[in-house]
Amino acid sequence: MSFPNIQAQYEAEFENIQKNLNGKSDSSFNKIRRSAFEKYKSLGLPSVKNEDWKYSNLKGLEKISVSFPKASNFDSSIFKSLPLSDLEGISLCFVNGIFQTELSHIEESSKIKVMSLDQALEQNPEIIEKYYGKSLDLEKESVSALNVALASTGSVIIIPDNSTLDQAVIIKNISDVNSGDISNNIHNLIVIGKNAEVKVVEIFQTVGEHAAISNLVTEIFVDEDARADYYKIQDENDKSYHLGTTQVIQAAKSYFYAATVTINGGFVRNNLNLVLDGEHIESHMFGLYIPNGKQHIDNHTLVDHRKPNCESNELYKGVLMDSSNGVFNGKIFVREDAQKTNAYQNCRNVITSDNASMNSKPQLEIWADDVKCSHGTTTGKLNDEAIFYMQSRGIPKPEAIRLQLVAFAEDVVSQIKIEKLRDMLDVLIENKLT
Amino acid sequence: MLKISNLQARVESKEILRGINLEIKPGEVHAIMGPNGSGKSTLASVLAGREDYEVTGGTVEFNGKDLLELAPEERAAEGIFLAFQYPVEIPGVTTINFLKTAINQIRKYHEKDPLDAAQFLKLMKDKAKSVKIDDQLLRRSLNEGFSGGEKKRNEIFQMAMLEPSLGILDETDSGLDIDALKIVADGVNQLRSKDRSFIVVTHYQRLLDYIVPDFVHVLYKGKIVKSGTKELALELEEKGYDWIKAEADALEASMV
Repeated sequence: MSFPNIQAQYEAEFENIQKNLNGKSDSSFNKIRRSAFEKYKSLGLPSVKNEDWKYSNLKGLEKISVSFPKASNFDSSIFKSLPLSDLEGISLCFVNGIFQTELSHIEESSKIKVMSLDQALEQNPEIIEKYYGKSLDLEKESVSALNVALASTGSVIIIPDNSTLDQAVIIKNISDVNSGDISNNIHNLIVIGKNAEVKVVEIFQTVGEHAAISNLVTEIFVDEDARADYYKIQDENDKSYHLGTTQVIQAAKSYFYAATVTINGGFVRNNLNLVLDGEHIESHMFGLYIPNGKQHIDNHTLVDHRKPNCESNELYKGVLMDSSNGVFNGKIFVREDAQKTNAYQNCRNVITSDNASMNSKPQLEIWADDVKCSHGTTTGKLNDEAIFYMQSRGIPKPEAIRLQLVAFAEDVVSQIKIEKLRDMLDVLIENKLT
Repeated sequence: MLKISNLQARVESKEILRGINLEIKPGEVHAIMGPNGSGKSTLASVLAGREDYEVTGGTVEFNGKDLLELAPEERAAEGIFLAFQYPVEIPGVTTINFLKTAINQIRKYHEKDPLDAAQFLKLMKDKAKSVKIDDQLLRRSLNEGFSGGEKKRNEIFQMAMLEPSLGILDETDSGLDIDALKIVADGVNQLRSKDRSFIVVTHYQRLLDYIVPDFVHVLYKGKIVKSGTKELALELEEKGYDWIKAEADALEASMV
């Protein structure tokens, strides 16, 4: 076992959950949990020997003593002053996995059904039965298996057929690590009905200086003709670990549009997996990461083209400062059936320090013969001539560098279709790139 | 205004400027001509503060200040403007945004309040009109996808906005057809005044038909080997550089 200390803590927590089931140990939900935990145990947490984790070493987790949050009271005023807290929409706010009524805003509406994972288990177990963990490949993904086994919190969002939601749906996960390390296992389900439309924003933040380990799984089911925007925003402290998988299943003629923006995080692994399981699907993926210090940001994306006549498009950009690391792995898989596929991928990085590094790997696996695919990846420094040009007009060097980096990042931020979110991100990015 | 004394500079181990002496008074236009590789562009770059060059000797005094002690942005704030031979493309930064930052940084240097959006826009409109540059061009990313003529016109527009006391044009005529050349020269002529001086670096006499210099200097092997008035440029046009090279080489040989 590669990580005995942290794995022992997870095992103890699983036993604890089992003890407190109060006669529900035979429920179908608990069976899913048990089976997932067995899969996790047989795989263990991935080490760098696993090709998918080659550049992202989880060994730092060994030093963390986690506590699994229990219900408690928080002084909500500190959370109100966090960046992005003014973003308007239907919002669900969780602090250490515990739902915060006062910080949330839920409206009764026929256009949307919003529940916590616990509520869904009580009120709509059939939804859990139908969707929970169903999009995941737990035989291979031990981190996701661990999530399915331990998930204690999450949101369930249902958008019925034909409903168009004008407001954004915001799921905010705050880790309060003022008094110690915290581990959260968050599992969100987003089910978007036929011809429905929604914009979802996931926000991850920390308060305090201790470590937060967040294991996130978000499963998104996009039915025929549905349109979904999904924005994942991360601004967590330097000790935090974020292990996230967003798994998206798209049906025919659906549209999915993702932007993943990592402002801060100690160790971040984002998996974004899209399954294009129908014809005439359109998918877009944008990403921005701007690590400094010793931050480590890893984005793995997978687009699985299963059927003909679909299009996917991907742009990830990174600014790597100080001694930070970036990883990008973009896989495009075009199956034999998926003729007339258009798939584009681009990853561009700027390194501003000799101690920063970027590992970028496109992976194309194409089994169909009538497709258009392209990929490109670049990593380089800012152009000295451009910096001198700006200086020669009176702009000091640090400002010249900042202007160029902000412009570089803007390519991704400008793709976000919620104006207020865009403006807020611009401020956070400009502050960080100073 | 500008006094260059025995200026020497090199790039890596190669000596490029080998003792330049030049004095420019307010309102004067000096043309620097010379064969390829004579050090013309190096002189322009060293004055603007490009890091690739190492100054190994001599002094440059600009309005009473030691120019060589100043960072490039400080030189700009003190009133030096270099119009680039190859203006740089900067994706994602519009000319407007770029110039607004530049002007306000220069104002900050002089401890003045920044221009507000309305003041800036008015200034920009006036100057764009005076150098005949299209507003639309200024809303695009700086120089990105611009034609050669558009890039050079944008340089002159920037110069009009920043109102330097010394404009240095580094082979501004290169790559321009005669119509574009006339527009650029027109822009420069409009900016001529009794307080503003220019150094016009060029290989060909052609530009000097439109920007008429007060003095012409010929640079060869890193030194000014001949100075004169605008008639010298015409003589060079007619006879080429060979006779000057021969004179200079003979002089150098006699001194060894």
